[in-house]
Amino acid sequence: MGVPFPRSYPEDTMPFDRTTIATRLTNAGYVPDADLAMALYLMDLLQRPLLLEGEAGVGKTEVAKALAEVHAAPLIRLQCYEGLDASAALYEWNYQRQLLAIKTHERDGVSAEAIEEQIFSEDYLLERPLLAAIRSDTRAVLLIDEIDRADEEFEAFLLELLSDWQVSVPELGTIHATTIPRVILTSNGTRELSDALRRRCLYHYVDYPDEARETRILTARLPGIDQRLAAEIARLVAMVRKEDLRKVPGVAETLDWAAALVGLEVKHLADDPESVHDTLICLLKTQEDQAAMSREVLDRLIGKVA
Amino acid sequence: MAKTAPAPPPEAAGAAHRAQMMRFLAQLRANRFAIGLSEAQDALKLAAAGLAARPSRLRPALRALACSRRDDFARFDALFDAHWLGRGVRAATRVSGAPDRAPAGIEKMRGQPSGPSAGGMPDHVERRREQAGEDDETGAADARRGGASRAQVLETTDLRHIADPQAIAEVNALAGRLAGALRQRLTRRERLRRRGRRIDLRTTIRRSIAHGGEPFDLAFRKRRDKPLRIVALLDVSASMSPYSAFFLRFLHGLLDHAREADAFLFHTGLVHVSPALKERDPQRALDRLSLIARGFAGGTRIGESLAAFNRQHAARVVHGRTAVIIVSDGYDTGPAEDLGRELASLRKRTRHIAWLNPMAGWQGYEPAAAGMRAALPHLDLFAAAHNLESLAKLEPYLARL
Repeated sequence: MGVPFPRSYPEDTMPFDRTTIATRLTNAGYVPDADLAMALYLMDLLQRPLLLEGEAGVGKTEVAKALAEVHAAPLIRLQCYEGLDASAALYEWNYQRQLLAIKTHERDGVSAEAIEEQIFSEDYLLERPLLAAIRSDTRAVLLIDEIDRADEEFEAFLLELLSDWQVSVPELGTIHATTIPRVILTSNGTRELSDALRRRCLYHYVDYPDEARETRILTARLPGIDQRLAAEIARLVAMVRKEDLRKVPGVAETLDWAAALVGLEVKHLADDPESVHDTLICLLKTQEDQAAMSREVLDRLIGKVA
Repeated sequence: MAKTAPAPPPEAAGAAHRAQMMRFLAQLRANRFAIGLSEAQDALKLAAAGLAARPSRLRPALRALACSRRDDFARFDALFDAHWLGRGVRAATRVSGAPDRAPAGIEKMRGQPSGPSAGGMPDHVERRREQAGEDDETGAADARRGGASRAQVLETTDLRHIADPQAIAEVNALAGRLAGALRQRLTRRERLRRRGRRIDLRTTIRRSIAHGGEPFDLAFRKRRDKPLRIVALLDVSASMSPYSAFFLRFLHGLLDHAREADAFLFHTGLVHVSPALKERDPQRALDRLSLIARGFAGGTRIGESLAAFNRQHAARVVHGRTAVIIVSDGYDTGPAEDLGRELASLRKRTRHIAWLNPMAGWQGYEPAAAGMRAALPHLDLFAAAHNLESLAKLEPYLARL
């Protein structure tokens, strides 16, 4: 169309938060790419949950941990699994204590109303992650991990909570959120999520880091590592990922492997191919992959790195 | 959280920009992005926060807001380039049979298979007139040349066999019923479980009210059975063409009714077609499918297609309680060893692999094709499937899993 791209916002009024978020995340040990920093910034600006998708081991969960550290907020984690229901995610009454209270008060001859008043009070309420997150005094980071493992019914329930920020407990009444948590959902894509949930959330796809970023991740996480070794490891892992493997190594595997190499005092990959080959068990987690990455293949890759 | 509020933009520029943003959002909506009122509001909010100052900022911001899966990224970028940067493409056309004129699908499809200007291609971006010339011609010619056999399968053969809408509806109803029956069978099994391992205290307390507070009538919980996931791989090569329409409808019914199902088509390549098949209207599903599948060459490479499936999709869609159903006649132009190897590796993920062969229903059929023979040792079930009745025989097999 005819209208050129608007340039009405002067450069100096740009919010600096994206870069701040990026630097602080880096300090907290997570090296984000520009898109992720943007998504995290929008999450605060628009008050929407953020849905992170990506292969296993690319560091989705780490995002939440680092974000909690950046904001000095408590991290509340809800690990989803098949059959997860409201009583495990939201709240549950402490039934054992309630039964005990009923029994002891029966002997004292306390009136039924008084007992009821007592056993359905806050003292007998067990907070589960979702309730804990909205009742937190400081704004918590709520990590809903592997949402794709939960059932669809739970997804619908979650959606309701994420839009209203209130929970009704029949015996207590409605509990409103004292603070609205920063919500991060992660998914490995084992099941397709509902469109409603996707629509409610901001979306970011977490990919395997490129070489430069992986080098930075290595130096951030393993302060003792030699800069050149980190670069070599990142380059080799990038090449390994291009091979036809059953289980592509994630960032966590790279970190393990780098830690192993540092521990064995390997300075350069080319110096000690023996140790490199022996420590590949940190990187390749299936028998086929280890067979595919034979000594010859590895030597060829190391040759390219050095 | 912005520490300082951004300076308000000059009014005129702000209004023009808002209008442009709204136009872009309308275009996204026309291309099936989920953009509602709240998304539009948020888009303006992020523009007001200064993110619209340059495309390099606006793009990731709007992308995070508008996209909801990775597949959307490429489509989004194309639309973004077209709208904000005026690059190459101009306007996205509406999706075929958009809600306001939905039921017209069948007639239109029968009347004239979508020509280049039908405007009925999902995710289709119309090239700008002035530079369309050569570009367009070569593009169209390519599509026609490359997709010749494919287009025939989906557009002529299929519709020739099941032409009138009533027959279409009939086949659909049958497939739907069968898929529904499969699911019912599975869920009924779950309901029969009455005694569990753990006591459900919430229900027990509730029930104790009837006994004056004595927890007398215990309620149990048991983990629910997982629903069975069905992954179907359908061969749509030329040799399968008499059956492909029929099986496509079956897949459509399956996807519509089963809780967890995924569908792929293969030929010489592999295409994930669940999104297109999830279209409610089967005619529109076929419409989208024919577009997705265009560009295939003739022939069948089952082994290669399975390898692609194993590499790209299996980790995501196949788990222990997945039944993989392969529908193919087993005529493979690739080496038979490939097929055997890929099936073996697929079998590591799930033990339940069923192969439906339409030709197995013929009298005196022997699985003589090399591909078929290589596949047999890895199969859990090898069955005929030349009509719905033979498909119905799958039911006891699926219920057993």
